[in-house]
Amino acid sequence: MDEEDDIILSELPDDELTLQMHDDLYDGMKEEIDEGVNILLGRGWAPYRVLTEALVAGMTIVGKDFRDGILFVPEVLLAANAMKSGMSILKPLLAETGAPRVGKMVIGTVKGDIHDIGKNLVGMMMEGAGFEVQDLGINNSVEKYLEALETEEPDILGMSALLTTTMPYMKVVIDTLVEKGMRDDYIVLVGGAPLNEEFGKAIGADAYCRDAAVAVETAKEFMDRKHNQLAAG
Amino acid sequence: MTNALKDMLENRDWILADGATGTTLFNMGLSSGDAPEMWNVDEPKKIHALYKGAVDAGSDLFLTNTFGGNASRLKLHDAQNRVAELNRAAVEIARDVADTAGRPVIVAGSVGPTGEIMVPMGSLTFDDAVEMFHEQAEALKDGGADILWAETMSSSDEYKAAAKAFALAGMHWCGTMSFDTAGRTMMGVTSADMVDMVNKLENGPLAFGANCGVGASDLLRTVLGFVAQGTETPVIAKGNAGIPKYVDGHIHYDGTPDLMADYAILARDCGATIIGGCCGTTTEHLRSMRNALESQEKGPRPSLERITDALGGFSSASDGTDDDAPKPRVTRRSRRA
Repeated sequence: MDEEDDIILSELPDDELTLQMHDDLYDGMKEEIDEGVNILLGRGWAPYRVLTEALVAGMTIVGKDFRDGILFVPEVLLAANAMKSGMSILKPLLAETGAPRVGKMVIGTVKGDIHDIGKNLVGMMMEGAGFEVQDLGINNSVEKYLEALETEEPDILGMSALLTTTMPYMKVVIDTLVEKGMRDDYIVLVGGAPLNEEFGKAIGADAYCRDAAVAVETAKEFMDRKHNQLAAG
Repeated sequence: MTNALKDMLENRDWILADGATGTTLFNMGLSSGDAPEMWNVDEPKKIHALYKGAVDAGSDLFLTNTFGGNASRLKLHDAQNRVAELNRAAVEIARDVADTAGRPVIVAGSVGPTGEIMVPMGSLTFDDAVEMFHEQAEALKDGGADILWAETMSSSDEYKAAAKAFALAGMHWCGTMSFDTAGRTMMGVTSADMVDMVNKLENGPLAFGANCGVGASDLLRTVLGFVAQGTETPVIAKGNAGIPKYVDGHIHYDGTPDLMADYAILARDCGATIIGGCCGTTTEHLRSMRNALESQEKGPRPSLERITDALGGFSSASDGTDDDAPKPRVTRRSRRA
């Protein structure tokens, strides 16, 4: 590689730098992302703008290619790690500036089910997209979900099941939320290998998410709608 | 070194493996959430019945109830210190069933994934994975397993770690991966990638292949992908009995015994030698598969159209082995590198 061909992030104008950061997220380059975040902050960008225009926009591209079977879990995890690293610089600044939060999710595998890889991937991708994630782990009873909803006050409840014998438990949780009049307080997303859209509808979830990329897209759509409703209301 | 599976592979054109373990145990009353491996000690009669069901239905080879028997998975049940006990118990019951079958039946010690993501994406190191698999491998060996059998792997590194552990235990082995994401494993491994990886192993398997995944048709496309690489190693096909459907509050797999019979025949025509089922495959399915394999001659290698006509469509247009597969975008750094 020619010396002159080196990409010097600090010499790129804002618009090219954000595009380069999208590329660097795609390539999973953590140090370059940290550097880019610091440069943009140094140029006076608001932390929230760095988060949305440089990081979240870049992860959206990664998410789309994951959804379309172009990128796979290893690439996506490297990208999410890079994103998280940039995010850790922004997090304290975001809190100080009172920026709107992207969203918060409580996620866990349902009672009777000990599978966790899919659920962990969703958690990592959601964090990668700027969401705050509280992971309840495996084998969660309805009581554990309810407790977490009360203490964490999330926007989204995510439930995962990998067994055909445990997926019906999702309905138990949703029915309990309905009974307690809490169902409409949360966006409920469900996922797991044996599920499908039909099942998601049948049990009263807001959406079934085929994979982690779709989960992130769906969560963002629902959060946008929620923000619009708040603005309208 | 002589080995029961090696002998069988030399003398037979096809070998019928077993069907579902989890599905069967749930039907016997295992509560979901409990580790199936506990039943090796707590409910040995039911595990005996699980194995005997497969053998009586015609299986020449069956896997032990030890899929989640590594320290990492057992830790979820606070049983990480019982790896040796639970694995040995599973094989001892299996040995009893195989040795009283009245015909040669092979006991394959099942080894599933750790459930951890390996470095650099995750935290599990190669050496730690080898250590966990080695611990389980020694217990399966002690119990009297004929061979070891890694299954449902999605990461090449984890498959290699299992291979290394099996070499340390001095055991012959087979190993399958699960191709469930656009024709690849969750970690993006294609059928061609797997052949390449298996060919490079120092301690290669007696047979390799695919299990679980999406439906029976996807699995056969993967088998054709293996064969297209011109591999000399026997190929394993262990597909699910169709796809799970949620009907009136119950789940069932839509693959009928007749469909699984067609699948078994097509698997052999595709070039698979060891043929079995995975999730949803009951003894009824196995009987039907055995009958079909015995009553029909091996046919020509089927086209993809023939497979989808018989078993249903594929879950993705490409499986990553052809030029039609979508490519990652070219970033500025990758262009310059």
